[in-house]
Amino acid sequence: MKPRHKKLAIIASGVTALGLAVALVLNAFESNMVFFFSPSQVAANEAPVGKSFRIGGLVEEGSIRRQSDGVTVKFIVTDTAKVIPVVYTGILPDLFKEGKGVVAQGKLAADGVFRADEVLAKHDENYMPPEAAGALEQARIQKTVMTK
Amino acid sequence: MIPELGNFALILALLLAITQGTLPIIGAARGIPSWIALARPVVQGQFVFLAIAFGCLAYSFVSNDFSVLNVARNSNSELPIQYRIAASWGSHEGSLLLWVFMLAAWSVAVSVFSRHLPDEMVARVLGVMGLVSVGFILFLLVTSNPFDRLFPAALEGSDLNPLLQDPGMVIHPPMLYMGYVGFSVAFAFAIAALISGQMDAAWARWSRPWTTVAWVFLTIGIMLGSWWAYYELGWGGWWFWDPVENASFLPWLVGTALVHSLAVTEKRGSFKSWTVLLAICAFSLSLLGTFLVRSGVLTSVHAFATDPTRGVFILAFLVIVIGSSLLLFAWRAPKVGLGGKFDLVSRESMLLANNLLLMVAAGSVLLGTLYPLIMDSLDLGKISVGPPYFEAVFVPLMTPAIFLMGLGPLARWKQASLPELMLRLRWAFGVSVITALLMPFVMGEWKPLVSFGLLLAFWIIATIFVSIQQRLRNSGQGGLFAKLAKQSRSYYSMHLAHLGIAIFIIGVTLVNGYETEKDVRMEIGSTVTMGGYTFRFNGASPVSGPNYKAMRGDIDVLRNGEKIRVMQPEKRTYNASGMAMTEPAIDTGFLRDLYVAMGEPLENGAWVVRVYHKPFVDWIWFGCLLMAFGGMLAVTDRRYRLKMHSKHVETAAVEDGKRVTNNNTGLATGGRKA
Repeated sequence: MKPRHKKLAIIASGVTALGLAVALVLNAFESNMVFFFSPSQVAANEAPVGKSFRIGGLVEEGSIRRQSDGVTVKFIVTDTAKVIPVVYTGILPDLFKEGKGVVAQGKLAADGVFRADEVLAKHDENYMPPEAAGALEQARIQKTVMTK
Repeated sequence: MIPELGNFALILALLLAITQGTLPIIGAARGIPSWIALARPVVQGQFVFLAIAFGCLAYSFVSNDFSVLNVARNSNSELPIQYRIAASWGSHEGSLLLWVFMLAAWSVAVSVFSRHLPDEMVARVLGVMGLVSVGFILFLLVTSNPFDRLFPAALEGSDLNPLLQDPGMVIHPPMLYMGYVGFSVAFAFAIAALISGQMDAAWARWSRPWTTVAWVFLTIGIMLGSWWAYYELGWGGWWFWDPVENASFLPWLVGTALVHSLAVTEKRGSFKSWTVLLAICAFSLSLLGTFLVRSGVLTSVHAFATDPTRGVFILAFLVIVIGSSLLLFAWRAPKVGLGGKFDLVSRESMLLANNLLLMVAAGSVLLGTLYPLIMDSLDLGKISVGPPYFEAVFVPLMTPAIFLMGLGPLARWKQASLPELMLRLRWAFGVSVITALLMPFVMGEWKPLVSFGLLLAFWIIATIFVSIQQRLRNSGQGGLFAKLAKQSRSYYSMHLAHLGIAIFIIGVTLVNGYETEKDVRMEIGSTVTMGGYTFRFNGASPVSGPNYKAMRGDIDVLRNGEKIRVMQPEKRTYNASGMAMTEPAIDTGFLRDLYVAMGEPLENGAWVVRVYHKPFVDWIWFGCLLMAFGGMLAVTDRRYRLKMHSKHVETAAVEDGKRVTNNNTGLATGGRKA
């Protein structure tokens, strides 16, 4: 091969490889994005069915019910306007408490219960997960609009 | 009085940093010797004042001076002394003071170990570091002064976040910051090269050990962070692809590329512009990491500090630093030149391919970390990108990289022959394939992904053996040990670091493939069995620590009916903050970890307990340690030690030239990559 051809070959193979890599990354990115929905949005049927997404808000006071197996927990997440019942099997984070902010990831079942496979609560007493805070804020705005 | 002294020292340090960032650079450009000569003493002066400032802050913490806001927020009189010292960098303000203090320490090191370098170059390098320092000290003084007073003084502090009250967290931030800040040296060298337009083998040779040391610190820092997450967060995971972890991983990926690219620039004079670009990227990502963690923009366990003005300041600083250095690069890089030529199949091309793969990997992590933040800030909806994305991207990207990692050290510089390489590596390939296929049966169950992961690891190990064996064959006369002793430290260091990657991969593969996790309800006296171990719960009893109260579980571990160990996990509640904390009990072993954490109490003394069996998990961190050790060994290579004694750059450069020619002509197939 002439040096010029060699150079072209290097550049062509480099560009192809890079293109492949970028396509791979973007494809993986697209199929693994997890969207966030507030309880009000879920109530309005905006959330996807059968696909994983996140919800957030406050754990409603007095809503935590532990099932007899000891590791399955039911609770209600509220944005003060709408609520979603949630089921989770496993150990909850240390800072998971009634009246505190929470974010859960999972799928919405046909019976309207959110089956969480991950529950996140933040590692600071006064810290509210931004998604949860956002959901509460949205609900507050909606309410004021409605009462006007 | 002491905090005011610290504040004053910080202001004086700022003035010195401004001097350091301006006069020596102007002096170097205009040829004013007295201004150039200013660089070293000013750097050392700045270090002294920052040391005083840091000492004052540490003193305030140790003496429980709750009239200082920072101390009142992050400490407590019940806090044990070692954590009071650690608390001085546990807070946002303190950690930034540590950052800039370390920058000063690195600058002093540069000023001391640079006697043989041209004075103009030293002046430029230290000048650039001074400018970075100005930015950070200004940030401290303007938005987050660690010495701000609280009036009236608090009677008691509100305590250090209990998660940080841990020996791992005492040393994790300093290590990580040493790495972050260490890349500023490579960055300053790159900028100095761009300003002067001079970039030769001596340049690469000189900035290489600094970069390696920074990389070693970063590796250890990340390793400690991962280890801490494993034993302290109580979820049993070692890496969560959390934005803060990504923030430290990004400079590591680019830094790894930089270490290899510098090797080529030193040995072959190639990749010059590329090396400069990588140095700029590595430091920019270190700054971005600081920004991500410290501005509180993240939805993350680490986002302790939340203050928008800080975010705006760091963002502006980031834009100025990255923007101006990339502009400078675009303007001056053509002058630096590309350097030597090489063939499509050569060690250079393989290193370049690996560099590109590392950069694409870094790009994909950056995308996954920043995209959700950008979407959120533009109000386009809230999304999150979890571990599935990063795993889907990382495995296919790193697979060719690891394949090349085995090939590269055996390929010749400039021009290598693919058929010859295949011939030399056919046994290595065969052996690694067969072992990888059989090994999962030893573990009990064959899984395709486990075999695949092991193939990568065994491939690295097998090629290391081939490399050493062929190198010894070409090392002339003498016994095995004489020949082994003949090889340079940088040669061994490379293989050691690569071996670290292999060990790391083995750990990751086996723990992902064969770990067992169970969250179970345990009555007093009930048992659970996994991995051949039986765990018997004997109940929990209250205990109290220096600043917390806890329920301590008592769990017997039985193997073949015999009790081999007692594990005592705790559920703590810290007195000052009222925060609950899970303190798992871990039985560490060479081939497996047993991991027990307390969940919630149930009725009649029963508890929800999390029980894990994690095979080979410690190999993950051991692999990281090997990588770091490899890096340390590289820095102690003879040619760097010689350089410290010799003041003649020329002689060293001539020696270097000789060695390169030897490598080209000789059949030393292992080459001399380090």
